[in-house]
Amino acid sequence: MTSLLIIAVIVLLGIAIWQLTKIFDLTQVGSKPNDISSEIANDKDNNVNGYLTFAFLGFIYVFTIFCLVEYGSFPLMSDAASEHGEKVDFLMWISMGLIFVVQIFTQFLLHYFAFKGRGVKGRKALYFSDNDKLEAIWTIIPVITLSGLILYGLFAWNDIMFVDEKEDVLVVEVYAKQFGWDVRYSGTDNTLGKANVRFIEGINVVGVDMSDPNAADDKMAKELHLPLGKKVVMKFRSQDVLHSAYFPHFRAQMNCVPGMVTQFAFTPTITTEDMRSRDAMIKKVNNINNIRADRSQELIANGHEALDPYTFDYLLLCNKICGASHYNMQMKVVVETPEEFESWLSELPTLKEQVAAEKGTNVPVVEEKVEEASEAVAQL
Amino acid sequence: MSAVGHEINLDHSHDHHDKGNFFTKYVFSLDHKMIAKQYLITGIVMGIIGIAMSLLFRMQIAWPEESFTLFKWLLGDKMAPDGVMKNDAYLALVTMHGTIMVFFVLTAGLSGTFSNLLIPLQIGARDMASGFLNMLSYWLFFISAVLMVISLFVEGGPASSGWTVYPPLSALPQAIPGSGMGMTLWLVSMAIFIASSLMGSLNYVATVINLRTKGMSMTRLPLTVWALFVTAIIGIVSFPVLLSAALLLLFDRSFGTSFFLSDIYLAGEVLHYQGGSPVLYEHLFWFLGHPEVYIVILPAMGITSEVIACNARKPIFGYRAMIASILGIAFLSTIVWGHHMFVSGMNPFLGSVFTFTTLLIAIPSAVKAFNYITTIWSGNIQMNPSMLFCIGFVSTFITGGLTGIILGDSTLDINVHDTYFVIAHFHLVMGISALYGMFAGIYHWFPKMFGRMMNKNLGYIHFWVTAVCAYGVFFPMHFIGLAGLPRRYYSNTAFPLFDEFYDVNVLITVFALVGSAFQLVFLWNFFVSIFYGKKATQNPWRGNTLEWTTPVEHIHGNWPGELPVVYRWPYDYSKPGLPEDYAPQNMPYMEGEEQLNH
Repeated sequence: MTSLLIIAVIVLLGIAIWQLTKIFDLTQVGSKPNDISSEIANDKDNNVNGYLTFAFLGFIYVFTIFCLVEYGSFPLMSDAASEHGEKVDFLMWISMGLIFVVQIFTQFLLHYFAFKGRGVKGRKALYFSDNDKLEAIWTIIPVITLSGLILYGLFAWNDIMFVDEKEDVLVVEVYAKQFGWDVRYSGTDNTLGKANVRFIEGINVVGVDMSDPNAADDKMAKELHLPLGKKVVMKFRSQDVLHSAYFPHFRAQMNCVPGMVTQFAFTPTITTEDMRSRDAMIKKVNNINNIRADRSQELIANGHEALDPYTFDYLLLCNKICGASHYNMQMKVVVETPEEFESWLSELPTLKEQVAAEKGTNVPVVEEKVEEASEAVAQL
Repeated sequence: MSAVGHEINLDHSHDHHDKGNFFTKYVFSLDHKMIAKQYLITGIVMGIIGIAMSLLFRMQIAWPEESFTLFKWLLGDKMAPDGVMKNDAYLALVTMHGTIMVFFVLTAGLSGTFSNLLIPLQIGARDMASGFLNMLSYWLFFISAVLMVISLFVEGGPASSGWTVYPPLSALPQAIPGSGMGMTLWLVSMAIFIASSLMGSLNYVATVINLRTKGMSMTRLPLTVWALFVTAIIGIVSFPVLLSAALLLLFDRSFGTSFFLSDIYLAGEVLHYQGGSPVLYEHLFWFLGHPEVYIVILPAMGITSEVIACNARKPIFGYRAMIASILGIAFLSTIVWGHHMFVSGMNPFLGSVFTFTTLLIAIPSAVKAFNYITTIWSGNIQMNPSMLFCIGFVSTFITGGLTGIILGDSTLDINVHDTYFVIAHFHLVMGISALYGMFAGIYHWFPKMFGRMMNKNLGYIHFWVTAVCAYGVFFPMHFIGLAGLPRRYYSNTAFPLFDEFYDVNVLITVFALVGSAFQLVFLWNFFVSIFYGKKATQNPWRGNTLEWTTPVEHIHGNWPGELPVVYRWPYDYSKPGLPEDYAPQNMPYMEGEEQLNH
């Protein structure tokens, strides 16, 4: 099927080239074989290409409209699920609106002038080499608009990035490794126990220093649950290579860097349930499920299993190239009411309990290794 | 030194040009025009490899994990068993596509070609300040290109950690197979490339400063030379920093140092590295990496300035403002690198600073775009293929440049960082634009390089199909990027959320395949015209600059007699009161002619 498609495309290309050459050849009947004027644009070329330039302007506009109609529902520019996300979206709309207008306007000027000024033999162009007023206008206008954008952007940036941890916040560690995520909740003391990769052992996959008292109530999870309306301060670590924790629906992203702790804070404002029931989301999910149903039919016809139907969930995905399976490094994120969150969290065992349970099965080996690890860290 | 170089070349110019054998003429040539051709051909060959790679991975994105016979042929069993591309092979292709296109095609292929060709010819010099250094520069570039190509075939495959080769992924072979031998070759190749680039750049700067002919003041320099001159300066300032990053990375990889590595647990064991930081590497890399995009785009702007003025038969609008904006861009380009690192974990305060400097760079860029448009306004536009590519350049530069306002704003960058939005942005503003600049340059100066004309009609076909396909490929990417689709994903099938993009990904790939297929029209036109094109005349486009006063046949030393003397700036097109619509720079002022302040 694909090879047929490729052959068809190649044949069509051949015909297109042949036809186009003929059209262009018609514009220069009567030129002599070694006269280079046939390779330099003449009035007919100027005319044809002038009109094509104008047509290309039309193409840009039509293609823009086509993309807006067909793909306009893709961009995440509304329904941000975090408090600061609304600010980001607002700035995005302003910037998008601005560049859209500038794009439409300047492309028009460029292509229209090219069309209008298409060469005619004997005409002289306008000798116009300088105009300080004009130069000043298009220096000052960008300065003013950009100042506005910069100012708004910087205030928003400062709000987002500078976190006051004395507020009532929830501290969570998001831990990255090839190719998955782990979550560590800081427990009732809201302080994460110290950690280093040198403490990694068995169930203690993120290398928590179990001798640190703050680590006593830390809890590990494979899903990131967040309470609605509470500021979450995320501490990011990575054990191997660079990863990037990307939460598109929350307009949040931060790299996970081995050897250091990075952070990002946001307040979730829409629960998973609530998000699922929004009109735009229902439409999106239906659309995705239609596509999946179509593909499933193809798959079944080829003897494969059908695809599961899709329900919406917030996601954490890796957005920094991290190795072969980078494209499948994800974790489910759930936003729920504080009560639901508390009851979910309370059912999790603490890491200490888990480690103890594991130790119960093979005591000697583990203790030895933990000692080694503490020594190694102490030496550093 | 300049004076000496002058004298020697002068002596040689009359009797030396047809001496020498095949090797000194075509291979180890000291003549800048031959070296320019060598750069161009090497660049084109690398371009074919780089673009072909992009088609392969685009096919994988559009039809994920499908089996193609083409993959089996081109990638072999190791990278594509049964014709299905492997996920690490995908990353290898993405990495090498980026590396080859940015460094080997758009840096060496573009500025290497046109700096060598145009600087001596347009300033009225017999050759570069040092012909030998120039030859050395090309051959080092050639060696680095060969090494980069060899790295495609080594055990473990070529480098696969993205063209930015961030450690620890690029430092640890356990992390990805491409970080073995392939990565070592990548680093060695880049080190040699940088040496080559520095030799070239120093030579260009020395030539422009010392070897301008009589009357060629800095305010009479064609904007091409200005752009190439400033490009060389940016290269000298920033490339050494990448060299240091590459060497330190090599140390980390081979000698166990910890410049960029710390606290790593991989494949079940704790590695010994302690105290380094990958963020340091990011700073070093982007200190080159961002100026690099201006190293790529400034020569294209220079070419566009020249070609637009010549074909619109109008003086370039705001010559001094154009120079000021080149200098402004050059200066700002060295203090904006941090906008690639807003979410890298660096201090957020730095994010504010880099947002500020980054958005500042929009101002000289806007000035340039408006000046091009004003130059086109009320012209008598000769729609040669080179002119069309220049109009295309301005168009894609605007479309791609505008989204820079979004990416440069740290607040907005949080959510579109490393998504397809970035891919759309930089491919339009520096990939496609720079390629258009390169094509414009090739079509315009082909008669100067090869003494023959390229076929005009094939040029038109080439441009129009490319123009449509370039928009078709990159415009829809903005939408999937804003939807949160990360770049460098082997397949989107792991996320049902992204199933919506199935159609648009197919559309993009079809546009890419068609657009690339039509580059064959260009290749055909280029190579056939070298041998069978119509014989060029001395000044086919009726240009003002000095290269059109040299004879069609190349001679060592460029001008058979005395060097031309310059009396005017290069943009006296359609000046009232003159008999022709152009006035070459070596034409003295006529009686009663208005004199500009140049």
